[in-house]
Amino acid sequence: MKYLHLIWASLFRRKLRTILTLVSIAAAFLLFGLLDAVRVSFDQAGRSAAGAERLQTGSRLSFIQTLPFSLGAQIAAVPGVKDVAYANWFGGAYQDPHNQIFTFAVSPNYIDMYPEMVLAADQRKNFDANPNAIVAGSALTKRYGWKIGDRIPLQSQIFPDRQGNKNWQFDLAGILTTRDRKTGGFFDGMVLLHWKKFDDTTPYSQGTVGWYVTRVADARQADRVARAIDALSANSDHETRTQTEQAATANWMKQLVDIGLIVGSIMGAVFFTLLLLTGNTMMQSVRERTAELAVLRTIGFPPGAVLGIVLAESLLLLLLGGLVGLGLVSLLVPAIVKGSGGVLNLPTVGASSWAIGLALMVLIGLAVGALPAWQAVRLKIVDALAAH
Amino acid sequence: MATLVEVRNVSRVYTRGKQKIEVLHSINLEIAQGDFLALMGPSGSGKTTLLNLIGGLDTPTTGTIAVAGQRIDNLGQSALSRWRATHVGFVFQFYNLMPTLSAQRNVELPLLLTKLSAAQRRQNAAVALRLVNLGDRAGHKPSELSGGQQQRVAIARAIVSDPALLVCDEPTGDLDRQSAEEVLGLLQVLNREHGKTIIIVTHDPKAAEFARQTLRLDKGTLVGTQQA
Repeated sequence: MKYLHLIWASLFRRKLRTILTLVSIAAAFLLFGLLDAVRVSFDQAGRSAAGAERLQTGSRLSFIQTLPFSLGAQIAAVPGVKDVAYANWFGGAYQDPHNQIFTFAVSPNYIDMYPEMVLAADQRKNFDANPNAIVAGSALTKRYGWKIGDRIPLQSQIFPDRQGNKNWQFDLAGILTTRDRKTGGFFDGMVLLHWKKFDDTTPYSQGTVGWYVTRVADARQADRVARAIDALSANSDHETRTQTEQAATANWMKQLVDIGLIVGSIMGAVFFTLLLLTGNTMMQSVRERTAELAVLRTIGFPPGAVLGIVLAESLLLLLLGGLVGLGLVSLLVPAIVKGSGGVLNLPTVGASSWAIGLALMVLIGLAVGALPAWQAVRLKIVDALAAH
Repeated sequence: MATLVEVRNVSRVYTRGKQKIEVLHSINLEIAQGDFLALMGPSGSGKTTLLNLIGGLDTPTTGTIAVAGQRIDNLGQSALSRWRATHVGFVFQFYNLMPTLSAQRNVELPLLLTKLSAAQRRQNAAVALRLVNLGDRAGHKPSELSGGQQQRVAIARAIVSDPALLVCDEPTGDLDRQSAEEVLGLLQVLNREHGKTIIIVTHDPKAAEFARQTLRLDKGTLVGTQQA
């Protein structure tokens, strides 16, 4: 700590250069924080206490392959299964194809399978009573200004009706909210319609379902039940894969987009550039201070102390910039979530993101400081002073 | 007076590519404690090299150097650093102060290597600055001080940890006559009143007049001694 003023003074020897470098580091960690929030948001999808009791059964081949309706009754008969629901992907967009909405055609008991979703009793009654009804997440209704009783046009990206028309009209019967925004934010942004309406209207479904959701009586028996369900269609033309909801969601997301790979690739490129940029700044800074470092050595600073001072300077640079960047993420995320009307449900910077961010700051700080610090240690005092 | 610095058969050879240059040849020298010695000679005569060897900034190719009875020619880099921190103060031609630190902070630098508390470091630095008549300039950065004042700050930094030996390489080489005389007068006070042993390298005969004795070097060999 007693060297802090010396390190601080060296760091801000060239104020403009240091500030510009700090801005670059802050921008890199801002990007890291935002992308990590997206990754965590994807990672948290499907994680809830109730999710541990739920299994998802889909086609072993691909999530676009459907399963026979009759399989539902067989699954219900498997020992340990408490309830079975089913659903189909609808792929809705509102007004503009860019306004994609997670829309599912679901069985009558689907909502009961998800205690994370909250739907007022009277709205549930209206939804059940009207075959043309939908329920929508509160974030969506806020964003688009939908009210109960409104007629909502949704365009399916995949499924037309029997006349080939992809524009579907629904009656908004209820608004879904979520009990826990951290794990259930997804429910706030989706629309549910009746599977029967879907199956009756489109010629593509033909009595098939996209996936089954099974609630087991005992979460500890989930593996056994999953194996028993998959055994039902072994060696058939519709072999299944049953997984916990979290694994299924992760798999499903991965088939849509490998967010981990995307985030990793972008951050790899960003941090590599940061490494070069900050490394260059540190090299330049130490080169300019050759005589000063030689003076420190002359008055008795041992090589280890000089090594420590240069490394600490590099670490301080990364920590200052990185903390500003991640701090900005903490301020920006709530604003982004609010601005999107809740459709973008990004989590705030959590402990794990801070830990990863701090580890990156330390690693990059040590990496960019290592070479200049080593040069400072190997400095020949007499030559450095003579050159000055 | 007791001998503080003892140089025995010291040679220093530098290698530049394939060429070997012997800068000092078998130097033998004893400097008494409390002496004020001026090293003079033409450029390239080996004055600064000898000063660097005595100050522990460089090691001889052959021969031995002892300061206060301790051999320093066989010390490693870290041990030599520790030795310099406690035994020698350095003054350079171009002051070599940290441009981003105040005079006070510059003087405190050697004390960072001690176990003194921050308050004690501040106090000692303030005393050293007062000793060089710059107590009122403690908060100024080097760029806000004249050359003579900067050199006095450098002297305060050199003496703050109370070393027995001060080595000064052309301490007045960058100063006007008046500032040079102030600096040399200060060194004389440190020598006479505080008992510091001082070695200065200089080209300036007037500067050498402040010393008790002058040694002349030529082509790496001691060629003469002159008492004041």
